[in-house]
Amino acid sequence: MITFILNNKTIKTSEHSGTTLLDFVRYQQRLTGTKIGCREGDCGACTLLVGTLSNDTVEYQSITSCISPLGNAHGKHIVTVEGTNLKDKLTTAQEAMNANYATQCGFCTPGFVVALTGFALSNSDKNYSNAIDAISGNICRCTGYKAIEKAAHQVVEKLENKTETTLEWLIENQFIPDYFESIPKRLNDIAAKDLNQPKGKYVSGGTDLYVQQADHLADNNVHLIAEKDYLKGISIENNICTIGTNATVSDLWNHTELNTILPNLRKYLKLVSSEQIRNMASLGGNLVNASPIGDMTIFFLALNSTITILNSEEKERTIALKNFYQGYKTYDLKDDELLKSIQFKLPTEHSFFNFEKVCKRTHLDIASVNTAIHISIENETISEAHVSIGGVAAIPKYLHDTSAFLIGKPLTSETILEANEILQKEIAPISDVRGTNDYKRLLGRQLFFAHFTALLPKQFTLNDFIPHA
Amino acid sequence: MHKNKENKVLDIKLDAVSKSLKQSIKNLDSYTHVRGESLYVDDINIRQGTFHAVVFDAPKAHGKIKRIDYSKAEALEGVERIFTYKDVPGENEIGGIIPDEPLFAEAEVHFWGMPIALIVAESEFIARKARGLIEIEIEDLPVITTAKEAKAKGSFINAPRSFSLGDTEKAFADCDYVFKGETFSNGQEHLYIEAQGAYAEPMENGNIKVTSSTQGPTAVQKTIAKVLGIAMHKIEVDVTRLGGGFGGKEDQATPWAVMAALATYHLNQSVKLILNRHDDLRMTGKRHPYESTYKIGLTKDLKILAYQTEFLQNSGAAADLSPAIAERTLFHATNSYCVPNVTTKVLSCKTNLPPNTAFRGFGGPQGMFVIESAIAKAAHEIGVPTRKIQEANLLDENDTFSYGQIAKKVEAKNTWDSAKNIFNTEALEREVAAFNKNNASFKKGLSFMPITFGISFTNTPMNHARALVHIYLDGSVGISTAAVEMGQGVNTKMMQIAADVFSIPIEKIKIETTNTTRVANTSPSAASSTADLNGKATLMACNALVERLKTVASEDLNVSEKDITLKEEAIFVNGKKSELSWTNLISSAMLKRVALTENAHYATPEIHFDKTKEKGHPFAYHVYGTAITTTTIDCTRGTYEFDSVKIVHDYGKSMSEGIDLGQVEGALIQGIGWMTMEEIAYNKDGRLLSNALSTYKVPDIFSVPKTVEVIPVETEGNEMAILKSKAVGEPPLMYGIGAYFALQNAIKAFNPNYDLQFHAPMTPEKVLMGLYENTK
Repeated sequence: MITFILNNKTIKTSEHSGTTLLDFVRYQQRLTGTKIGCREGDCGACTLLVGTLSNDTVEYQSITSCISPLGNAHGKHIVTVEGTNLKDKLTTAQEAMNANYATQCGFCTPGFVVALTGFALSNSDKNYSNAIDAISGNICRCTGYKAIEKAAHQVVEKLENKTETTLEWLIENQFIPDYFESIPKRLNDIAAKDLNQPKGKYVSGGTDLYVQQADHLADNNVHLIAEKDYLKGISIENNICTIGTNATVSDLWNHTELNTILPNLRKYLKLVSSEQIRNMASLGGNLVNASPIGDMTIFFLALNSTITILNSEEKERTIALKNFYQGYKTYDLKDDELLKSIQFKLPTEHSFFNFEKVCKRTHLDIASVNTAIHISIENETISEAHVSIGGVAAIPKYLHDTSAFLIGKPLTSETILEANEILQKEIAPISDVRGTNDYKRLLGRQLFFAHFTALLPKQFTLNDFIPHA
Repeated sequence: MHKNKENKVLDIKLDAVSKSLKQSIKNLDSYTHVRGESLYVDDINIRQGTFHAVVFDAPKAHGKIKRIDYSKAEALEGVERIFTYKDVPGENEIGGIIPDEPLFAEAEVHFWGMPIALIVAESEFIARKARGLIEIEIEDLPVITTAKEAKAKGSFINAPRSFSLGDTEKAFADCDYVFKGETFSNGQEHLYIEAQGAYAEPMENGNIKVTSSTQGPTAVQKTIAKVLGIAMHKIEVDVTRLGGGFGGKEDQATPWAVMAALATYHLNQSVKLILNRHDDLRMTGKRHPYESTYKIGLTKDLKILAYQTEFLQNSGAAADLSPAIAERTLFHATNSYCVPNVTTKVLSCKTNLPPNTAFRGFGGPQGMFVIESAIAKAAHEIGVPTRKIQEANLLDENDTFSYGQIAKKVEAKNTWDSAKNIFNTEALEREVAAFNKNNASFKKGLSFMPITFGISFTNTPMNHARALVHIYLDGSVGISTAAVEMGQGVNTKMMQIAADVFSIPIEKIKIETTNTTRVANTSPSAASSTADLNGKATLMACNALVERLKTVASEDLNVSEKDITLKEEAIFVNGKKSELSWTNLISSAMLKRVALTENAHYATPEIHFDKTKEKGHPFAYHVYGTAITTTTIDCTRGTYEFDSVKIVHDYGKSMSEGIDLGQVEGALIQGIGWMTMEEIAYNKDGRLLSNALSTYKVPDIFSVPKTVEVIPVETEGNEMAILKSKAVGEPPLMYGIGAYFALQNAIKAFNPNYDLQFHAPMTPEKVLMGLYENTK
């Protein structure tokens, strides 16, 4: 039985665990405040909160319920807009939307309200920028967002720049109804045991699988792995960072040490989908999706990562990520195997890492071209280089020749211009909905240059590569 | 709100806007919207035994149907029945203006996504599964995807239309400069967040009730009656509200409602049909792409003496609203400019795309993009700033539009000059120039975008509406009109009118759903005119009731009717509050058997248009404004941000400042989306490539301009507008056109060899290619 708390009500259901949480909430429970906009996590109209018990508190994150399997709700507190409502008055987030004319047709509105409420409940600093990140996955076609920005300002103001909020304070200040106080104990009491799961398609966050094959997953056995502890966790030992493949993009975002090692990490990750999706999307899922343009794949290729693969007999093998991909959407993974973790050597004080991504819309979009670089400089000479690029080949591409060329070369604009010539030979973009072949080649060049102007702005400007600029 | 350095005028204006927003009425639906309690068609409680439907559509853009095998789909457990054209008891025809569009394909398919059959099953899931089991064989016929190809092959929807003024040919000969060119503006997906849908229920005696997410309930009713071959009175259409429309549900909400009703007709059970997003994107039409050519002639002092264009409208596979949209393109072909010699022509080209349809602006934006392109081209060639040509040609009082209407109460120069002064545009231009001088890898661009937009349905007979107002015996009020609430706040405006006339609190007023049994034979909620038309009717109904109530009060209080006013839920005599309250007055009226219901009909006066001469006075009035857009381009990556859009807008006397500002901001961002990131793509086989939200991008919260400032221009408003509060739905969309030209100016600042192209949208791809074209 899938057991969880939905708003203020305990649910025990034997519904198929692969059905979407959205359908369960809307059509089984008739909570129609959760809207259907796109069913692919791209609009946020179905945003819900998922509360996970951690010690004696519950941590809340927002998700798009259209691409989330019902089974992932097991043992959690699921909150819909109805679950945030107070009797006969508006919550602080709702009032902020109302007072600032931030709702017109109203169809996207519950998603915004839930996301803003999630922001209030979350552990993130209560500043404006984080508030906007919280609603970055919500599309509004009516307001043009300026009114919503004002609403976000008002919510932040009411949160008084707190770094942490307590349930008590949030209830007192009318962000949430008072039943929230009982949730930690009730989740504890449920003590949800692991679901008894059949063999079936492995599903972690579901963010990609449910876009591609929601109907299939709702009709066939799925094997949910998001809660498997042995696939979780981020650890750093002996200059090696090991990340469980169940780690979400948000887990990376929230990891203090990782953010020290890669100071621009959040800037990069902000380009990777929306907060709702980052809260769900697993690293392993991004790797086995094998999209030639997978952001995290490109990211970890340049870190020269290795991946550890586990088979059904619990035997492990480790291979280089750059050798994992074999052709379009094919890779070195057998049917009974599962990605367990990814490992990479930490950047040093002599090395630089950068990630670039350009798409039609800067955020929550799929790249036309994305690329990453990790480069070590000693005595003005490149001692190590790893360059990856997506969107220009059948696989997420590790640029073997370009990387090899750079090693041992002086760090000059001539070297970089020459390297670009090699890069251009290594890539073979095709024209599609994300751009023409010519554009992707030009963009590949420009983003390669951008690595250097971004990492070493004192040494390189656009002028060094483009004579007339 | 951030303070502007050294611009006290602007600060004062912004403070005033901010104050008026605090006092302005909130959208009456906000309360249930934010709580998730508003009811859309997919939210209403469905009846037991309701079936769910999915549409089976053409997997080719053009061809002959050789074979369809439904047997496997029909055999699937849970499938109730599959309906095709053979099941249509009336006419298999849904075309609104021209009868050229079948509900279901018969022998041929004409666009990819054309409905062929309706699968009705116990669940949507089963119906979708059944759809996958249908086998179809289609013999390919040649596919046309662009307007140019259609023109070359002589494939048109109807006869071309042409407006002219003066003697264009002769005038070109007198010009000092003449430039020619081509432009393209792409389509635009509406992306209402609520997809199309309807719910049909069987009633007694073969009557059917349909809840539809439509802007045009009467069109739905009429079409169902035609397809089922039954009388209109047997069909009741109810609209609770729309989760966005933008024109996409003016005509194209109809087929889904008709299909649901058809299935209900046969099965005598309720049927729900809600399109999923992919189906909606694939099957429905969008804003029309236009391929146009222009010729513009100017004198030495930059006066536009002659202008000639040919618009090729990509209408898609059937007429839908294309002829009306084409017409509005001609009406707005000269935007805010007085051009004495004009010849414009539009050809509605028949292609194998889904029939394109209404979208906020209704052909106006496409027309304006061309003249703005022509002016930009001329400015570039002559070597003057674009705004000099724009400014030299702005409309003046008593200028004549190409369609014969004389411009009155013109605010073109007023909004332009106000924008220049309030925003200190000279300083802005200096800042941009200084930035560009000092930055090699980032460039800024600035543009001016004036707008002039005519208000009224250009088809004069459509400019009417009715309101049905009940005062209940406890003094509460219920109002029904033809207005469909889709986020534009029209219900709030109706409520304001009644609250104002009756002088009762808004809590005593309810705006009912839009329903064809209460208000019949209506025009769609479109053309920015919904509040004007329905508001005027509401005002008339409320006033009539007040007159009757005054008679009652004069008898009760034994005073003269003319001394009576209604104020604060009481009756005032000569400005003094009497003992008679609103509620008591209503009770008294009941006892006296006075009618407390009024039905008023409003038809816009003065307007007319003669299509045989293409001259007349089609618009009740025009809306004016000027926007100044500033952008910054990252010349390394080709990405861009909008620093600010500063607007002076002609609201007239806005009756709901918060709601109206929301319309301006929302339309602006939609216009910017159309001009920048929203890129519809079909392949040469006519298959939609931008077929999901992952491939069709609309603005998100990060991509909107950092600052949007909208200052109202102080005008008297217009008597033809409801309470002098001018229509606001569509006009501001065209401010977004400024985004294209701001980007173009920034590219020019980086790449002097850039060849000006007028090919919207200006995606990051086009920006990067422009930055580096003709360079080494």
